[in-house]
Amino acid sequence: MDKTNSIATNNIQNVESERNRKAVIRIKNVCKSFGNNHVLNGFNMDLYEGENVVVMGKSGSGKSVMIKCLVGLVWPDSGYIEVMGKEISTLDRQTLDELRSDIGFLFQGSALYDSMTVRENLEFPLRRHQKKLGNLSDTSTLVLEALENVGLGHTMDLMPTELSGGMKRRVALARTLILKPKIILYDEPTSGLDPITAKEIIELMRSIQKKYGTSSIIITHDVDCARVISERMILLVDGINYAEGSYAQLSASIDPKVEAFFKK
Amino acid sequence: MTKSIKQFFIQIGDLSYFAGRFFKEVFSLPFEFRELLRQCYQMGVRSLFLVGLTGFIIGLVLTLQSRPTLIEFGAVSWMPNMVGISIVREIGPVITALICAGRIASGIGAELGSMRVTEQIDAMEVSGTNPFKYLVVTRILATTLMLPLLVVFGDLIALYGSALVENIKGDVSFQLYFNTVFDALNWGDLIPATIKSFFFGFVIGLVGCYKGYNSTKGTAGVGIAANTAVVMASLFLFIVDFIAVFVTDIFYEL
Repeated sequence: MDKTNSIATNNIQNVESERNRKAVIRIKNVCKSFGNNHVLNGFNMDLYEGENVVVMGKSGSGKSVMIKCLVGLVWPDSGYIEVMGKEISTLDRQTLDELRSDIGFLFQGSALYDSMTVRENLEFPLRRHQKKLGNLSDTSTLVLEALENVGLGHTMDLMPTELSGGMKRRVALARTLILKPKIILYDEPTSGLDPITAKEIIELMRSIQKKYGTSSIIITHDVDCARVISERMILLVDGINYAEGSYAQLSASIDPKVEAFFKK
Repeated sequence: MTKSIKQFFIQIGDLSYFAGRFFKEVFSLPFEFRELLRQCYQMGVRSLFLVGLTGFIIGLVLTLQSRPTLIEFGAVSWMPNMVGISIVREIGPVITALICAGRIASGIGAELGSMRVTEQIDAMEVSGTNPFKYLVVTRILATTLMLPLLVVFGDLIALYGSALVENIKGDVSFQLYFNTVFDALNWGDLIPATIKSFFFGFVIGLVGCYKGYNSTKGTAGVGIAANTAVVMASLFLFIVDFIAVFVTDIFYEL
């Protein structure tokens, strides 16, 4: 971290009270490059139980790469990642798959399987995690419950192409919830949505967090989303956590790089 | 020039690794039977019309084109033997495989490519399902199993097309035509052609999946994956065909 970055980080108070909670994710000095493009240059963060952390940064700053490292979709070049007490890089395929059932991932473009109906999309994750949810003889109840949680109980037999962008995002959220994860990773949950639908998605995320007590990392460019949902924010610049604090603290910052994110 | 040669060998290396992964995963649990059956239906049943129509036209054209020459030499009675052997040994498998390379390899390349760029493959991985096993292994198995059946179907329709011409132009009954064809054929014609068809199916599935699964560069990459899958699969089909004919020839000499 260069001098400017350290000053910026030090200028913004960290939320020390969070440190008393149990960390469900620990990231230390993670580096990742794609050829000559150094995306992450020693990124650090902790996520505590029941906490919502928003990670903001410019496009291409490595936010999505960072959360993909948490579920083993991308492997970092160096650094340490621990999720729920398990170091990701040391896990075999089976243990990693078991751990993944505790982590929900909402993809930026929803990533619904377009050759399957909504019901089949939701049933798909259940195929591999029967142990976790016990008897799955009646998956319809679970599917219906998950869909009703997002207000789309009536869409069970529709194909993803028949859904609007907002509905797709909600179905994707329902698919994420069906395994009752302890951590949810949101990759730009409101991108590409109109402001009203975006607000509905944000409300949904809040209600899910309240209902299930999940911990979340939310990657977003949407300042309104960050304001409503974040307990803590991290600003990712040049592959490092440039600044960290609550929304109020960061939005009041006079650091030009931080200020740039909050300018209307 | 040097760069493209290097790129070619890198791709061959990647493809070999991809094939190695297929052989590693095909025997490991769990088996995706439902998806395999679905793919067999998609690739087998849905290709029947195209393969049948092509086979019929090939049989028809081959007979119509050969007739004048055979008449000139007074050898028109050899027509069923000539057409039968050439269709079963070479034309049937190669034409069917090329049709399938166009239909199936491009379809797989586009489908998997689109799943890759829309993060559906990542979503599968995160949900604890091995996408390679679910998407790639099932598709390669389906093409490997279905192509020999499509070849047999295509051969029969092509022979029917040929018999039709002979029936109309030469007054040869269908029974006589097919009896002559089956008398002319022996196991040495059928077995290498069938084995070759399994390899053709494997190559089509492998190249289609490889191109689609490793697709990059967004939606443009999907088009590239579909296009290069057809080109590469067709090229490999001829290479496999050459090797198969070469090996068969060695056995004939023995």
